[in-house]
Amino acid sequence: MALLLATCIGILAGSGVWLLLRPRTFQVVIGLSLCALAVNLFIFSMGRLRSGAPPVLASTSGTLADYADPVPQALVLTAIVIGFATTALLLVVLLAARGLTGTDHVDGQER
Amino acid sequence: MAGWAHHLIIAPVVLPLVAGALLAVYDERRQFLKGLINLLSTLANLAIAILLLQAADTNAPGVYLLGNWPAPFGIVLVLDRLSAMMILLTAVLATASLIFSMARWHTVGHHFHTLFQFLVMGVNGAFLTGDLFNLFVFFEVMLASSYGLLLHGSGPRRVQASLHYVVVNLTAAFFFLIGVALIYGVTGTLNMADLATRIPTLTGESRILLEVGAGILATAFLVKAAMWPLGFWLLSAYPAAVPPVAAIFAILSKVGLYVLLRGRPLLFGSDAGEAAGYGATLLFAGGLATIAFGILGVLASQAMARIASFSLMISSGTVLAAIGLSDAQVTSGALFYLASSTLTISAFFLLIELIERGQNPGADLIAVTAEAIGAEPDEEDAATEGGMGAPGTLALLGACFVACALLLVGLPPLSGFVAKLALIAALFAPAGEGATAGLAAANWAFIVLLLLAGVATLMTLSRVGIRAFWAPVDAVVPRILAVEVAPVAGLLLLTLVLAVKGGPVMQYMDETARSVLAPSSYVEDVLSAPRVPPARAGAQ
Repeated sequence: MALLLATCIGILAGSGVWLLLRPRTFQVVIGLSLCALAVNLFIFSMGRLRSGAPPVLASTSGTLADYADPVPQALVLTAIVIGFATTALLLVVLLAARGLTGTDHVDGQER
Repeated sequence: MAGWAHHLIIAPVVLPLVAGALLAVYDERRQFLKGLINLLSTLANLAIAILLLQAADTNAPGVYLLGNWPAPFGIVLVLDRLSAMMILLTAVLATASLIFSMARWHTVGHHFHTLFQFLVMGVNGAFLTGDLFNLFVFFEVMLASSYGLLLHGSGPRRVQASLHYVVVNLTAAFFFLIGVALIYGVTGTLNMADLATRIPTLTGESRILLEVGAGILATAFLVKAAMWPLGFWLLSAYPAAVPPVAAIFAILSKVGLYVLLRGRPLLFGSDAGEAAGYGATLLFAGGLATIAFGILGVLASQAMARIASFSLMISSGTVLAAIGLSDAQVTSGALFYLASSTLTISAFFLLIELIERGQNPGADLIAVTAEAIGAEPDEEDAATEGGMGAPGTLALLGACFVACALLLVGLPPLSGFVAKLALIAALFAPAGEGATAGLAAANWAFIVLLLLAGVATLMTLSRVGIRAFWAPVDAVVPRILAVEVAPVAGLLLLTLVLAVKGGPVMQYMDETARSVLAPSSYVEDVLSAPRVPPARAGAQ
């Protein structure tokens, strides 16, 4: 599972960085979204990979070892919300830049 | 602090939040009301910041447990000398730039006041929080508002600059998250005081992972603090922003510096076991490189806004290099320098617009934008302006410009001189543990760069000043309102106060530097902060 997850994060981050370095604004936005996915998965994996372990206490019996670490899950949730909002804002800026400069190049002009 | 005064610690976050939310309710036609609410909130924030500074100076650090959860489990807000000083600095800049914006700038776009309050909230929160992830949240609040404010006034140049600014900062946010996640994965905590107690116990692979995490995390702050070569975004973003926004943005790069100033001694101070001293050399070298880049930039610049941006980089670099040295005297000088240079650069950003208003064709464009949106500032301008004679205006602007130049160069009698003197005196007499022969070369490099920065700034500002004030034969006297000059003059007067009251201020900085570099009491205060007993909580 660790290898699969690491590969996924690597592919997402790699594609994200490549797109981030492209000259078209839309590619940059998609690149940022892919990077955000990779980062979120990475945060999630920092709580150690477990399957079938709930993050929230269900009963007072049993030990804490039966449960997954809830903190990274809470962090991911926050990171998703913030990433979502900022991506939406970036889309607005992108459209405004497209409208004002007439090109979708990140520098506002074709070289 | 006891009783109600204890709740003041959270006021710098709650007040702007409430005010910002309230401002979002009213639509753009009620500009006067919105401006009034914003002004009241900003002034209240200033008053609170002064109270907090007094409290932090006399008492032990105040620790505020959110939700009454004990320290490593819940989120804490910590008020000590450093955070109190930064909050006061923010409040002063906010007041000045808000008053400046009242003349015309707040009407050139939508939701200026709301975004302004949220920006103040994010900055204050970042200064107060004692938790790494909470720091991320406040950072994002601050950045999201700054995106909006940078776009304020619109126009192709601002939109283009914003696009770059947003992308760079989003990428930096990923570094932030990866760093935080790595640190959490290794240590299992996000509370900064708790981290400081756990780091000395780490060895081998865990320590390496932690250092990688901290390095990635620090990258995010170094981007914000504009360390060379991570700071190129600043040069297109700040000159493009409208002047009051650029003036308040002067504090944003200080947020990155604040976190490094707080975090490096706390996490990698002399008590940190194997990890002690991590990153010091890099911060020092990066700081020097930033100063060097700033010097070249200042020399090469024609436009005043670019000179101001490069000066901001020089100021960042100076503080970064001082953090890297982690010597109490140097840090104390750097703190004084930070306060002085932030006030100066903020005033300079405001002043630039006033000076260039007469010469710059861009100013007309802005007036057109304002008209398109429905504001009619000009008739009011003409009415209130009457008292200020034409030669008087130029003389006043010239005086402010000379004061700014003295401050940036570091000549007496203003605080820029005191700051550089304190820094250089401390560099000549290293009292720290690492006072070795090897350090002396580093100190020399730092001193030479500091003096060179002064020379370069002097040359450039003389050139620009002559061109702006003496060279024009038929000088167009800019039309300027009293509310536009007042904030600039106020900020510059504050630097005079800093210089006159140099003794007490320097003493405060000394104590701040000492407590920042010996964070054991900070850690103890946070981890042993008492919870409010249930009965009293019910009574309140």
